[in-house]
Amino acid sequence: MSTKVLMKGNEAFAEAAIRGGCRYYFGYPITPQNEIPEYMSRVLPQRGGHFIQAESEICAINMAYGAGAAGGRVFITSSSPGIALMQEGMSFLCSAEVPTVILTVSRCGPGIGGIQPGQADYFQATRGGGNGDYKVPVFAPSSVQEGADLVFEAMELADKYQNPILIFTDGLLGQMMEPVALPDPVPEVKSTDIRKHKPWALTGYGADDSKRNTVISLRLQPETLEKHVQKLFTKYDEIEKTLTRVETVDVEDAEVVIVAFGTVARIAKEAIEMLAEQGIKAGLIRPISLWPFPYAAFDKITSKTKVVISAELSMGQMIQDVQLGVKNRFPVELLSRTGGMIPTSLEIAERTKKILQEKGGN
Amino acid sequence: MLKPVYEYTKGMLRVDTNFCPGCTHGISHRLITETLEEMGKLGEAIGCGPIGCAVLAHKFMNVDMCECAHGRAPAVASGIKRVHQNNLVFTYQGDGDLASIGTAEIIHAAARGEHITTFFVNNAIYGMTGGQMAPTTLVGQKSTTSQAGRDIAQAGFPIKVSELIATLDGAVYVERVALNTPGNVNKAKKAVRRAFEVQEKKLGFSFVEFVSTCPTNWGVSPIAAMDFLKEKMLPYYPLGVFKSPEGGDA
Amino acid sequence: MLKKMFFAGYGGQGIMLAGQMVASAAILENKETTFFPSYGPEMRGGTANCTVIVSDKPISSPLIFESDCVLAMNLPSMLKFEPTLKPGGVLLLNTSLIHQSAKRSDVTVLEIAANELAMELGNALVANMIMLGAFVRTTGIVKGETMEKVIHNVFAEKKADLVDLNLKAFNHWKP
Repeated sequence: MSTKVLMKGNEAFAEAAIRGGCRYYFGYPITPQNEIPEYMSRVLPQRGGHFIQAESEICAINMAYGAGAAGGRVFITSSSPGIALMQEGMSFLCSAEVPTVILTVSRCGPGIGGIQPGQADYFQATRGGGNGDYKVPVFAPSSVQEGADLVFEAMELADKYQNPILIFTDGLLGQMMEPVALPDPVPEVKSTDIRKHKPWALTGYGADDSKRNTVISLRLQPETLEKHVQKLFTKYDEIEKTLTRVETVDVEDAEVVIVAFGTVARIAKEAIEMLAEQGIKAGLIRPISLWPFPYAAFDKITSKTKVVISAELSMGQMIQDVQLGVKNRFPVELLSRTGGMIPTSLEIAERTKKILQEKGGN
Repeated sequence: MLKPVYEYTKGMLRVDTNFCPGCTHGISHRLITETLEEMGKLGEAIGCGPIGCAVLAHKFMNVDMCECAHGRAPAVASGIKRVHQNNLVFTYQGDGDLASIGTAEIIHAAARGEHITTFFVNNAIYGMTGGQMAPTTLVGQKSTTSQAGRDIAQAGFPIKVSELIATLDGAVYVERVALNTPGNVNKAKKAVRRAFEVQEKKLGFSFVEFVSTCPTNWGVSPIAAMDFLKEKMLPYYPLGVFKSPEGGDA
Repeated sequence: MLKKMFFAGYGGQGIMLAGQMVASAAILENKETTFFPSYGPEMRGGTANCTVIVSDKPISSPLIFESDCVLAMNLPSMLKFEPTLKPGGVLLLNTSLIHQSAKRSDVTVLEIAANELAMELGNALVANMIMLGAFVRTTGIVKGETMEKVIHNVFAEKKADLVDLNLKAFNHWKP
């Protein structure tokens, strides 16, 4: 770990990717993530890596597919509309089992929408818009430090599971500066050594064509395709067991539990302190992994709780997972802002209080 | 003992192809892999297949290979080439894949001067999906989505891809060849070799267009398909070198 | 200690840099800090602002709806952020560009002709450092000596002679 430095979120994420072994970055300009391609274009070549400004997000994710299939560690980033264009690529990466780390600095929509922070791409991230049965682990940091740590770790996880990993940040985390201690760089893997580490990668087989590799996703025989998808889902089951992450605060004792991720979770923490000053016990469930969603964390909610609130920068997307976690044990209410509007901690506290009163709390 | 004049090559795997009788994909597959074998580069080549009839090229070509999303092979190849800069990386794409859905990818890979080679199979029709109009379908040519023949008022003009690519400074070798006669096949093989050599020397982007046939979707016999190629396609898609590192144009 | 502040002005007045420097100084003093800039088209020529928080404890929300201090380099900034001040807060006004008095009587108002003071040093661009000096000496949120270190760190990378100019500007305003 380095000493703490003040870094903009986007630049910290880029640097963390390089330290996690990323040597291939393909990007396309879109606000509010532009500091990442700018950083990568400047820094990556100095670190023995490669930057290409792609002609579109579609191209960028397919370059990632190529570099990932070739055994490189790849990082690509975009923001909501660009991630929409990458959905086809995500389906391909999953089916062909090509590791890639993708980061979205989420903004608001629909359409071109706006450039302020949003979480209305929860479905896009966790349900995906690509075709077929596939899943992408999604991590949602709520600080620059956590974002940098997750990007760094995702480089390893993508390789381990041979699957894309999505980091879900937003304009606030991308643009803000915070002190961050960056992880130490992982050892370099030379391209000539890739096949030792990734025996499946496209490297050219050299002299022995019995070691020929192909990276494919077309399976015309239904029996073969079903088996392949079942194999992927065995992997996804394993991911559900190992990568579910959550932070909980004072859930057992709470009259009201707020569920929030990313930026909103930070604001909610402050709101919870404000409520405590007024004698209201509020707890927090902060999903760090959006898929796999930490459903089990909701089992900790006790009969002291009157209501569970899903606080989101959307018209209510995560609330569906919250309801699955709550399993009808408690009423679930939505606390929503959208369009780039961000609630203040005061607003969250007041709306929480009002919802609690309606549900028979004090 | 008799000397065999034609046999399996090391570059072609011993499996039956899925191509129709009279289709020229088999010829272009063999030309590419035979050239790589002669260059001693089969084990160093990495191929990027298309969506289309050649989607299963990786089952036939004895090289490391991947399938790519429709039209994206040049982007995929660009990514691969960044990781393995000393390998020979190529894309193999049809006209729907390259000249329609993948137009952006091929133009920008060429403009970047990517050290990759693209083999473009132009048979003036969508093959795998069953004979729809391609961006290269000739004016007046019938297809399942231009049943009265391609009408320029409705569907515009066919794209001359080699001529287009040759305008880009990053493309250093661009040649159009045909697979209809033994002589043209020999010329095509030379073009494949030159294209790979350009890549090997890191001179820039190289591009070979194979004027090809699709008797099934053209609705003609294999022999009639060769006649169609010669009489209809070649006048619109003239053969020749459109660009070369030596500057020799067609 | 938990201090929340807005720095605001026209794009190009060095507001973002001043805010970042406060956050950098906070790190040197082992404090927690966040810096959040407004972003988008308003960054080009319009009014830009940033939010800076300095605290002894981990900071939850980086967004603020009430402030302990507002540093306003132009009139739109004063109009927008003066109402956010808590009673007893500090309002620093660049009177070179703000020809209007503050409305609040429950806050400490400092009127500083930053542009004119900067011109005394021969460079209008250091108006932000004049204001930063006034901010540090009035609020004590970070120490003056820490900020001088930050000035060294920030400007030495760019051009060594800028260090002296900015240090001078930082110390130019007197209460």
